[in-house]
This record gives sequence, C-alpha cells and structure tokens, in this order.
Amino acid sequence: MAFVIPMVVFTLFWGFVGGVVPWFIPKGPNRGVIVTMLVLTAVCCYLFWLIAILSQLNPLFGPALSNNTIWYLQFHWP
Amino acid sequence: MDSFFRSEEMCLVQLFFQTESAHNCIDELGHLGLVQFKDLHPGTADFQRRFVKEVKKCEEMERILRFLKKEVITSNILIPADFTTERISLPRDVLDLESSFDKLEQELKEINSNRDTLRQNFTQLTEINHLLHMTDDFFVEVESQMTISELPSEDSVYSSRRASYASTNGSLKLGFVAGVIKHERFPAFEKILWRLFHGNFVLRHAEIKPHQEENMEEVFVKKDVFVVFVQGDQVRGKIRKLCDGFHASMYPCPNNAAARKEMRTNVNMRMEDLRLVLKRTEEFRVTTLTAAAANLREWTAKVKKMKAIYYTLNLCNIDITQKLIIAEIWCPVSDLSSVHAALIKGSEQTGSSVTPIMNRIHTQQTPPTFNRTNVFTSGFQNIIDAYGVGDYQEINPAPYTMVTFPFLFAVMFGDCGHGLLMTLLAVWLILHEEHFRKLKNELVDMLVSGRYIILLMGIYSIYTGLIYNDCFSKSFNLFGSSWSVRHMFHPQGPWTNETLHNSDYLQLDPLVSGVYSGNPYPFGIDPMWNIALNKLLFLNSYKMKMSVIIGVVHMLFGVMLSLGNYIFFRNFKDVVLKFIPELVFMLSLFGYLTFLILYKWCVVIKSDSAPSILLLFINMMFFDYSSNGAMLYKTQKPVQIFLVVVAGVMVPWLLFAKPLLMYREHKQSKLKPSPNKLPMQDFGNFIQEPLEKSKEKISMGDIFVYQGIHTIEYCLGCISNTASYLRLWALSLAHAELSEVLWKMVLQVALRVTSGMGSVLLAVTFATFAVLTVTILLVMEGLSAFLHALRLHWVEFQNKFYQGSGYKFSPLSFDKMLNMK
Repeated sequence: MAFVIPMVVFTLFWGFVGGVVPWFIPKGPNRGVIVTMLVLTAVCCYLFWLIAILSQLNPLFGPALSNNTIWYLQFHWP
Repeated sequence: MDSFFRSEEMCLVQLFFQTESAHNCIDELGHLGLVQFKDLHPGTADFQRRFVKEVKKCEEMERILRFLKKEVITSNILIPADFTTERISLPRDVLDLESSFDKLEQELKEINSNRDTLRQNFTQLTEINHLLHMTDDFFVEVESQMTISELPSEDSVYSSRRASYASTNGSLKLGFVAGVIKHERFPAFEKILWRLFHGNFVLRHAEIKPHQEENMEEVFVKKDVFVVFVQGDQVRGKIRKLCDGFHASMYPCPNNAAARKEMRTNVNMRMEDLRLVLKRTEEFRVTTLTAAAANLREWTAKVKKMKAIYYTLNLCNIDITQKLIIAEIWCPVSDLSSVHAALIKGSEQTGSSVTPIMNRIHTQQTPPTFNRTNVFTSGFQNIIDAYGVGDYQEINPAPYTMVTFPFLFAVMFGDCGHGLLMTLLAVWLILHEEHFRKLKNELVDMLVSGRYIILLMGIYSIYTGLIYNDCFSKSFNLFGSSWSVRHMFHPQGPWTNETLHNSDYLQLDPLVSGVYSGNPYPFGIDPMWNIALNKLLFLNSYKMKMSVIIGVVHMLFGVMLSLGNYIFFRNFKDVVLKFIPELVFMLSLFGYLTFLILYKWCVVIKSDSAPSILLLFINMMFFDYSSNGAMLYKTQKPVQIFLVVVAGVMVPWLLFAKPLLMYREHKQSKLKPSPNKLPMQDFGNFIQEPLEKSKEKISMGDIFVYQGIHTIEYCLGCISNTASYLRLWALSLAHAELSEVLWKMVLQVALRVTSGMGSVLLAVTFATFAVLTVTILLVMEGLSAFLHALRLHWVEFQNKFYQGSGYKFSPLSFDKMLNMK
C-alpha cells in the first residue's frame, strides 16, 4: 500500500505537468518551445525518479553498518 | 511556431534600385538586420572592386578617429556615453566628415608640435636657471681655493684678481664649461673626463631639485648641473665634443657675479612669459579635444556604418547605364514584407520616384541556415552551432537541448546544496547583466552569455540532488528510512548483544522479516545508505544501470528525430532503408537490455541465484546457454535467440538494401534517353539558373563504401555510445566522493574539537571548506560535467540524426556591428 501512494502521486504529478499544462500555454511565438520544454522536463524527471524507486524495490543485500551506528539506531530509529 | 524546430525558409531575392537611393536603401536594410547580401563578384580581389576608393577613405577616417580617441584619453577627458544615432548618412556626409576630420587632425597636430617646442624651451630655461643658481656656489668655492693656494696677497680687489689671473698668470689660467647632464650618465662622464685630463681638472656637480610649481613636464628626468674647470682653451673643444657625445646641454655662463645676476633676471622674465603661453596652449588644446570628444562616438558609428555600406555596395552589380544597382540577397520568407517596407522608406528619403523592385528567384543553391532566437534560447543555439551549423531546414536540436543538456549535467553534478549555489549565482548574473557586460572581461562575458544555461543547470541539479539524497554529502530523512535495525535483533532476527560486541560491523539482511519494510523510500535514495559502509556497492549498481537506461532512451529519441527529417524532406525510401533497420537493431539489443534491468528490479529473486545482467547479455550475444543457466524468466532463451537473430538480419539490410536499390535505379535511368537541358538565358548581368540539372554520374563503389561506413559506424556505435553514457555514473561518483572528502577531512575535523578554541578553528576551517567547495566542486566539477554533457549531446545524440554541414545566416546588421565594439 505504501508503495502505491508515491507511485500514483508522482505519476499523476508529472503527467499533469507534461500532459495537461501544455494545453494552457497561451498562443504566442514561444508556445512551441515552452510546450517542448514542459514535456521533456516531465519525461526526464519522472524517469529519473522512477529509476530511483524501482532500484530499491527488491533489494538483494542490505546496508553494512558499524557498531556504533547500530547501537545508536537501535535505540533512536523505529 | 515552427521556426525554432527547423531553420527558417529562406528565399533568394533580386533587388533593383537607383544609384542615388542605393545608399539610403542599404542603410535602412542594415538597421533592419534581416538580409544577407550575396557576393556577385566572387573571384575579384578587394582592390579590384568598384568602391575601393571610398572604402579607403573610410579607413583613413577611422585612423584619424583612433588618433583623436588616443589624444582624448591621454588628456583625461571623459567621452560622453550616450549619443543619438541619426538614421541618414548620405554620400554627401562622407565628404563633410572627411574634410572636418582632416582639419581637426591638422589642428591637433599643430597644437601638439607647438606645445612640444614650447615645453622644450621652458625646460632649457629652467635648466639655465638652476645652473646659474648653483654655479654661484662653485665659483665661490673655487675662488677660495685659489686664494688659499696662491701666495698671500690679500689686498687686491676680488674681481680684478680673477681678471688678472686670466691675463697674467698664464700657467694657472682656468677656463670652465657649465652644463646640464642626465643624472645616470654623470658617473660615466666623470670617468671619461679623468681619462682625458689625467685628473687635471676640477669638476663640481649638484642635482637639480625642482620647485613644485615648475614641474610642467609629464615625465620628470633627473638631471645634474656640472661645472668643469680646466686649463687652457684647446681643451674646451674636447669637452664640448664630450658633452655632445653624452647629450649634455652646455650653456654659456658668464664669469662674474653681476653678469650672472642679470642673466638670471632675464631668464626668469622669459620663463614667466613662457609659462603663460604654455597655459594658454594647454587650455586651447583641452577645449578642442572636449569639443571633439562630444561627437566622437557618433562619428565612429557613422564611419563604421558608411564603411559597411560601401563594402556591401562592392558586393553588388552596377548596370551598364550606371543608373541601376542590382543586388542579390538571402532573406527569410516571413520577413519579405518588412524588407519591402524598408526599401520603400529608403527610396522615399532621397525623393526618388521609382520604388525599388524585389524579384524573388528560384535557385538550386543551398540557402543559409537561420534560427531566430531570443535572449533565452540564443545560449543553447550557440552551443549547438559551435559543433556544426545545421543543414538548411533540418531538425534543430536546440529546443530539445534546452532540457536534456541541463538534465544530463545535473545527473553528473547531483548535489542539491551545490545546485542551490549555482542557481543563486545564475540569478545574480541575470539580475546584474548590464553591470557585468560593462566590465568587458572575456571570461565574465562568457559567463554572462550563458546565464540562462547556468540557471537551468542549477535548478535541475537541485532536483537530482534531492533524488540522490545528497546535500553537501549529507542526506535528508524526510519520510523515515525503509531499513530497520531493531528487527535484526532478537526475537525477530539473528543478532544479540554478543554479536555486536564481537564484530566491528554487521550487515542487515533483507530476508529477515521486518528489516526491510517492503516499501522503498518514496522520493530518492534511502538515507540509510548514506551511513552504510557498503554504500558504494549499492550506489554503483544503481547509477550504472541508470546511466544505461538514460543513454538508451536519449539515443532512441535521436533516432526518432531522424524520422522527422526523412518525413519533412519526403524521403520515404530512407524510412524503410535506414530508419527501420536502425530502430529495430537498437531496440532488439539495447532496448532488451533496458528491459532486463527493469525486470530484475521489479521481480523478487533470491540473492544467491540472481543472474548478473552483464553476463546474461554477453552470453546472449555468443548464444552461450551452457553455464549453470540461471535465467530471469521462463521463456528467456527462445526470446533472446529471436532478438539476436533479428538484430543480425538488420545489419545486411542496412548495408546492402540502399546501394542495391540505387544501382537498379541508375541502370534503369541509363536505358531512358537523357532529358534536354533548358537553354540558359542571359539578360544583361543576371542569369536565370537552369531548372533541371542533368543526372550526375553515380559511382557504385562510392555508394557501397559510404553505406558500409554508415552501417559499421551505427552498429558499433550503438555499443560504444551506450558504454559512453556510463560517464554519467563516473562523474556523479567523483562528485559525491569529492564532497564527502571535503566534509570528512575538513569540516568534520573542526566540528569534533571540544575545547574553547574550537569556535575559532571552526571559523577558519569553514572558510577553507567554502573556498575549496567553490573552486573544486563548483568550478572544476561544473566545467567538467558541462563538457561531458556537451560531448554526449554532440556525439552520442546528434550522430543519430544531425548532419551539421550548413552555413550560418549572417545578415548586415548595424546593431550587431556597433555593439561588438
């Protein structure tokens, strides 16, 4: 469940930026450039975020921590 | 609007205008800045052109203006900055300006030479003054010496004794020479006098110390006054020659004190007069120069414009009747009406009744490439053009570069703290652009013209920094880590306090329930990795796979753009012969690699049986399925075999299909009779080009070789370019490690000091940390990432679709010309 929420949120957000906002850019000499920039930004940033979250989905190994760090984390982090 | 995605459509237009209105018309076109004149006499040298005399006149005027400017600057007169540009600069103006410039130059030269002569006279008089002043002391001294050395007879009168000396005592007759010599030459002078007279002389010298108000020269040269007393008359000639050799100026100095006093008063009077005259001359010079300085900028601009107009006229054709000027210009089709309006305005100014005629002609020549840019897009267009100006009307990579270039930079730079600093720098540059341009420093100019690029790079760096979870090498923990240490201990996990005591470090195991929460960190890399000892093991794998995915997507985008080019130029054959095999080849191999990466991430695997993607890929290419054979999914083997075979089929398709097709067409056209050429028409000075060229001879060898090169380049390039994108991983790793080193070994050392002096140490250490961050991480890493992102665009992205062999549209534009200085 807690994986679906960020998935939906970010997909909708970048989908909005890349798919919906371009329709509202006023007509003018720069419309094509602005629309291209919005779509490309949405694609690049969404892809980058997606790669980051997918790579951590099924980890094959965990972090190795030093003694002191383990001691601290055992008491302070949930 | 289509114009930024492709270069604009250009047309070749013939202009006819009358000789009288030519000047004004070209002036108007220059102000418009949208028109490039074609050279109608391409073979002729500069001095053979028609208006070469006028161009020489303009250059002469420029020389005079430069001389004036130098004089104005040396006299410390301010040149007023703003001036009004008059639109009209008629040929008559040329003569006016020329004559006034000549007059001004003459005047100034005269003033300068007068001033120099006067100054020289003044110097001489000053020297005589000092000489007279100091030789008084010498004579007194020498006389006292003589009275002591002589046999005592003190009753004679002071002056008559000396006179009697001169007449009676021949053996002790002393003559003298007085003069002024430069201070540094004096020791050499003395030495030579010693050699000449074997010590038989008396030399006295003293340095001239000027009074304050007498220092009227710009450079003050140290000079010494000297008096040489020698015996005899002949020797005087020798001394004179010596003085000439040393450039010492000799002055007649009278023997007796009274004559000297008279001379002094004389000299003082003359000096007073000269001072007055010099002052007046100086004032007159300053007035003339100030009057000239007020117009200096305007004149410079006018002369530059006139020179440009004559240069342009040199490119045009003059009709036989001398009444008509014919020019050929390249002009964007959308601006034809404004060009027409400018021409009408120009001809109206001269009052001529005939409006210039514009005649659009069709041509086979390639027009120049014109991309209309505004202040934001011009930076990106410049970095694309630096590699190669695009072919006429092919797809312009600049609008896509506006996002992908800062994005790839940010992937390599990836630190939100440094990104924030870069954004702030860019905002500062944008707000104070005027101020920075005034500094006229080359490096600063480059920074200022790239200010929007830097702004975008900074903004994207903040985003990628947040995803890498890296801010000056520290991580944020906004959502709570997905890894839990508590669950590794009893009762859920295998650890006890014993295990903790027995080892220095321990590794969390995701298979123990609860250690890994099952939900990845929602935005970016988990903060637990920042404090882990095996951080790089995870990050390297993540970043390498990310680089490959981004690389394959970028290159596929490039291949799709080439489809756009084929469709625009109606080249449907190439769609089948080149685009489809290229696309299938790339997708079947590297698209499949991307699929493998994503599949392995999304699927749960036991860690000891997880196949390495690299090994899978290599074995796939070698059809090697014999190893222990851990596959990712059930039908992997047949799918892989199919894909490699398909890719293998694409290679001969790419290599042979197009040349064979062209060979067949060539054979077919040889069987048909060749079409008649249209007769060429000559009307006076202009030629209408034949609309149909005859078919050129096609050499089959050339075509095969070209296509072979293209195939090899593409296929091998796919692999090498994909590997080249791994630099995204390499540079981001370098950046992260550098900033971690700066933290651990510079700032953390000062933060751990517990004594009272720690605050002072912290201040000093923070200064070091800041300087090192800016120079190493921002400047050096920034330049490095900029360069590599640029290379990825120029080579890996653009060689999929960009030809880049056009020439740039360079219009006659007075604004650009005047702003360049």
